[in-house]
Amino acid sequence: MKKVLRRHWPALTLLAPSLILLGVFVYGFIGVNIQISLTDEQGLNADANFIGFDNYIALMSDPRFHIDVWNTAVFSVAFIGVSLFLGLGLAILLDQKMRGEGFFRSVFLLPMAVSFIVTGVVWRWLMNPAEGSRMSGLNLLFDSLGLDFLINQWHLTPTWGMLGIALPAIWQMSGYTMALFLAGLRSVPEEVKEAARMDGASELGIYTRIILPMIRPVALSAIVILGHISLKVFDLIIAIAGKQIALDVPAIYMWQTTFDAYNFARGATLATYILISVAVFVIPYLIFTTRKEKV
Amino acid sequence: MTSSVETTRPKKPLTPKKVVGKTVQYGLLMFFLSFFLIPIYVVLVTSLKPLDQVSLQTMWDLPTGIDVANYVLAWEKLGPSLGNSLLLVIPGALIAALLGSLNGYVLSKWKFPGSEVIFTLILFGMFIPYQAILIPLVQTVRELGLYGGIPGLILVHVIYGLPIMTLIFRNYYLSVPDELVEAALMDGSGLYKTYFQIILPLSIPAFIVGIIWEFTSIWNDFLFAVVLTGPNSWPVTVALNNIAGSQIVQWNVQMAAAVLASLPTILVYIFLGKYFLRGMLAGSLKG
Repeated sequence: MKKVLRRHWPALTLLAPSLILLGVFVYGFIGVNIQISLTDEQGLNADANFIGFDNYIALMSDPRFHIDVWNTAVFSVAFIGVSLFLGLGLAILLDQKMRGEGFFRSVFLLPMAVSFIVTGVVWRWLMNPAEGSRMSGLNLLFDSLGLDFLINQWHLTPTWGMLGIALPAIWQMSGYTMALFLAGLRSVPEEVKEAARMDGASELGIYTRIILPMIRPVALSAIVILGHISLKVFDLIIAIAGKQIALDVPAIYMWQTTFDAYNFARGATLATYILISVAVFVIPYLIFTTRKEKV
Repeated sequence: MTSSVETTRPKKPLTPKKVVGKTVQYGLLMFFLSFFLIPIYVVLVTSLKPLDQVSLQTMWDLPTGIDVANYVLAWEKLGPSLGNSLLLVIPGALIAALLGSLNGYVLSKWKFPGSEVIFTLILFGMFIPYQAILIPLVQTVRELGLYGGIPGLILVHVIYGLPIMTLIFRNYYLSVPDELVEAALMDGSGLYKTYFQIILPLSIPAFIVGIIWEFTSIWNDFLFAVVLTGPNSWPVTVALNNIAGSQIVQWNVQMAAAVLASLPTILVYIFLGKYFLRGMLAGSLKG
């Protein structure tokens, strides 16, 4: 052990500042946060008592939390599902050795360069729910195109309002999903496709039977990345809807209860919930990916 | 002329099936192109309209003339926060990339027992929802006396940028032949000398990718900024959200502010798109 340590000492000292910082700011803080969630801490200087899992039990029967879980589920299914299919569809459309590929790709990816706040501010203007003579935004466009059936209340739609948040999120992230898939499609060797064509496979058959199974790891990466974004969605809702209970998600509840109401214990409990919901699929993915890399 | 073209590129027969295929392909692409361009059209058109032309009914119409008054107003409101963002982003991106480069160097060229485990533990920091560390973070930043200012926010961005920076540099250095490092060691260079003489000069592409990534993600961050800064140190995302949230500011000024707030990252994307994309793909762990 001593020998190993001496040999690797210089390398470890180089790594040490980062390891200490991440050790404290990631793992240490996660620990502190969990610790706070097991107390009744209110505010900065109040005395806190250990109360076990009471905060978690209270959360389970909190109606506001139920709305949050529903909203996150609606958002995640719509956002991940559509981004994945749209991303894959665009990637396949662009993978045909076509003219203007670079132009289309650049436009589809452009939203990735802007913040969720900018996206939210712009889409709030587009998704104006006003009716009648005050009609505006996309609803007005639908109206003038005779597509009246598309006119809707966007994020103010009862129960399904999160779909109105998913739309700008899809606008922002499906180009990224496309880039992931396009990189995956390009990594399939031309010989494989050529061999399948020789065997008489149709172009569609080459995709469904050969290429798509080969790029399954890309789809997995995309799901993990989109999934962890959807579980912590925050900026976009703030920019579009502000802090409305109707569009509440765990991240907004956590923010309000912690920094507006100073209920640190409940904030920490919500934070732990978000962490666990992300960790259950990110940890297996990380272990799977880094292990595979070694082979 | 024509014959030489034909010999290098044999013409494939244009069957009806192919014509239909191409039409469908471009048709679909144009449809989705409009989905991506509609918000951009609306922002630009609205931001260039004089106030008396901004009515709900005419929001889809082109402006009759170009008016930059909105941009002047938006600049007055957003100018200070744009400055704050620059003061934040430049040191933040440089320091994070430099530390990431050192980590990547050790984790690719100086592997030790357990270095793979450490790498995985570092990477996890990239995926944590920041809510999970937010309360202790705010308390710590307060105790360090850095609350409400830009230096505290720089520190926070550097720390939480370390995982992705380490990943980008480690993957880049894996493609640098080990022989280069071994040769330097043979010549008597140590760990540090090898880094500065061999690795660092080779790292420019990775630095471009890493700095662009950090630049974009710090510039676009909202969560850390909104909990750690005050009115005098608000970066542009927080300031823009406040402008948009207030009912007094006109839509055309809001849209001009949105353009100003996103201009730096869009310019980076337009001029350095190749590196921007590389950083984004690194985020998928695929290098």
